[in-house]
Amino acid sequence: MVDALRVIQDDGSTDPRLDPKLPEADAVRMYRGMMLQRILDNRMLALQRQGRIGFYGPSLGQEAAIIGAAMAMSPDDWIVPQYREPGAALVRGMPLTELLCQLMGNARDPVHGRQMPCHYVYRKGNYLSISSPVGTQLPHAVGIGWAMKLRGDRAAALVFFGDGATSTSDFHAAMNFAGVFRTPTVFLCNNNQWAISVPVARQTASATLAEKAQAYGFDGVRVDGMDALAVYGATREAAEAARSGRGPTLVEALTYRLGPHSSSDDPSRYRDEAEVARWRARDPIARFRRYLEQAGWWDEAREARLEQEIGDEITRAVQETERIPPPPVESLFTDVYADVPARLREQQDALTASLRR
Amino acid sequence: MPAMTMVQAINNALREEMRRDDRVVVLGEDVGRNGGVFRCTEGLIDEFPERVFDTPLSEGGIIGTSIGMALYGLRPVPEIQFLDFIYSGFDQIVSEAAKMRYRSGGQFTVPMTIRTPYGGGIRGGHYHSQSSEAYFCHTAGLKVVTPSTPLEAKGLLTSSIRDPDPVMFLEPKKLYRAFREEVPEGEVTVPIGQAAVRRAGKDVTLIAYGSMAQVCQEAATKAAEKGVEAEVIDVRTLVPLDEPALLASVKKTGRVVIVNEAPRTGSYGGEISAILAEKAIEYLRGPIVRVSGFDTPFPYTLEDVYMPNADRVLAAIDRVMAF
Repeated sequence: MVDALRVIQDDGSTDPRLDPKLPEADAVRMYRGMMLQRILDNRMLALQRQGRIGFYGPSLGQEAAIIGAAMAMSPDDWIVPQYREPGAALVRGMPLTELLCQLMGNARDPVHGRQMPCHYVYRKGNYLSISSPVGTQLPHAVGIGWAMKLRGDRAAALVFFGDGATSTSDFHAAMNFAGVFRTPTVFLCNNNQWAISVPVARQTASATLAEKAQAYGFDGVRVDGMDALAVYGATREAAEAARSGRGPTLVEALTYRLGPHSSSDDPSRYRDEAEVARWRARDPIARFRRYLEQAGWWDEAREARLEQEIGDEITRAVQETERIPPPPVESLFTDVYADVPARLREQQDALTASLRR
Repeated sequence: MPAMTMVQAINNALREEMRRDDRVVVLGEDVGRNGGVFRCTEGLIDEFPERVFDTPLSEGGIIGTSIGMALYGLRPVPEIQFLDFIYSGFDQIVSEAAKMRYRSGGQFTVPMTIRTPYGGGIRGGHYHSQSSEAYFCHTAGLKVVTPSTPLEAKGLLTSSIRDPDPVMFLEPKKLYRAFREEVPEGEVTVPIGQAAVRRAGKDVTLIAYGSMAQVCQEAATKAAEKGVEAEVIDVRTLVPLDEPALLASVKKTGRVVIVNEAPRTGSYGGEISAILAEKAIEYLRGPIVRVSGFDTPFPYTLEDVYMPNADRVLAAIDRVMAF
């Protein structure tokens, strides 16, 4: 394996040359973000198995690569997500209840139950809407960055994608446009080794994904994606370069999808448990906890309190949102266009009449 | 008032909208220094060097990045050199631009106008001639607009750029330089969603759009010589469709010929036919007859045979009149 940038060592100590020296409050906030995503994932997978939500895609194992990157961005920056980053939406201020309403597709879901679970959106946090086709979001992040540059706004767009997305034509188009127009875009590739059942070796014959940036005329860096500080540091540097006119960067975060692709997937069909166990030993949350403990910011009592607090928060949110009814039928017809065209209104009226009968 | 070709009218609309609104951005292949292969963007880069971009050769990239710009609040007007080349950006149009407002509950929108020449008439063979408007009409969330005169090209393009939703602005390239028309400088808008009656008549309604609107006017002139008064309706906006205008005419004449140059199966003329059958069957005095391209790829040498012309439309008029 090619060396990847690493800050937190296995024992929790940090490389002093690379340590971003986070203040305690930020470090604890980062840990909380990762824990919230982890606990949320486990609870939502359980809810899915109980038939209380229809589908779920967990981020297990990728918490550092998601929260570390999201926390490196400023409020004016945009986040263009793939679909495995609810933790990033929460970092941007999305209320947990709103996220749960999306998973349930109920009347308080901001998108009125129109999308499958895990297709979040949060405009207030500059967190773009998610679609299911892989890689289509990449050119959007380039266009957003391009627009920021044209408007003279000092900001950047961070786009999340996986190893599988690097095979798409949209990846090529986006990287190429970003290089040619030097857009303020941070390409954050969560290389979690698996695109459902297909290993990264089947996505590319390149030794690394990071090196692809070179062909597009900008820098690519490879970081240990199980190390939140490494991801944070590399993303922050890339975002700063982007904002100050130095163009895009590709950050490849080497990570691992510890769980299934989604609640519909059974990874035992295609990968060895031994491989999973090797990566589980590098759990990003356990490592970050050791770092907090070394810094003297964490102990058993705080851990227990945090787990309790997050667990209660999720329980309350589930209780509050599960009682909400499905969205009204009218919501089927709004937001297709700014105004409902006559032809669509007619279809709505016909449906309404037939439902009344 | 200057007499302009459709190319000049489109150029004029782009220029005036770029002057009016600094969020309007033009990008595409050869649209800068070269002014576009049909010259629709000629000279724009001189007046707006910061807002006109020659891009890499990638329809997916052009449309995908335009969506990003629109999301951030700009009003991108990407040009796709020929509609025939749009398919590498099709996913971006169908999965992203068309669904963004809906899937985000109105939190994000894509006010983008994709300009692209379409249709036959320039000896372009398979890949510079097709009329694949039906693919876009089938996708909820898109508006589909096609002008047939220079003045209306200016008015409709202006309205499209100002529209809050993604618009497919399909330019019938056969009419780019076919004739000139008085086009005023300054603001001209034509509302999206309104058909135009090109010629009034009481015997039969001819429904068409793009270059076929011209073909139908020619056919109507010839029909008049035989004593048949044909009414010609130019749909102008395929989505949203001006149903009341079509129904009003058909209820008056009781006879319909629908003309489009696209291959017959699944063409938009079929949709119009279905609407008329559903809503005006009791007024019809004969079958709804379609004149269209054939269910073949678009040909090179036999282009004139493939494309509906006035004689084929006249034959269809004869058929409905004789029914």
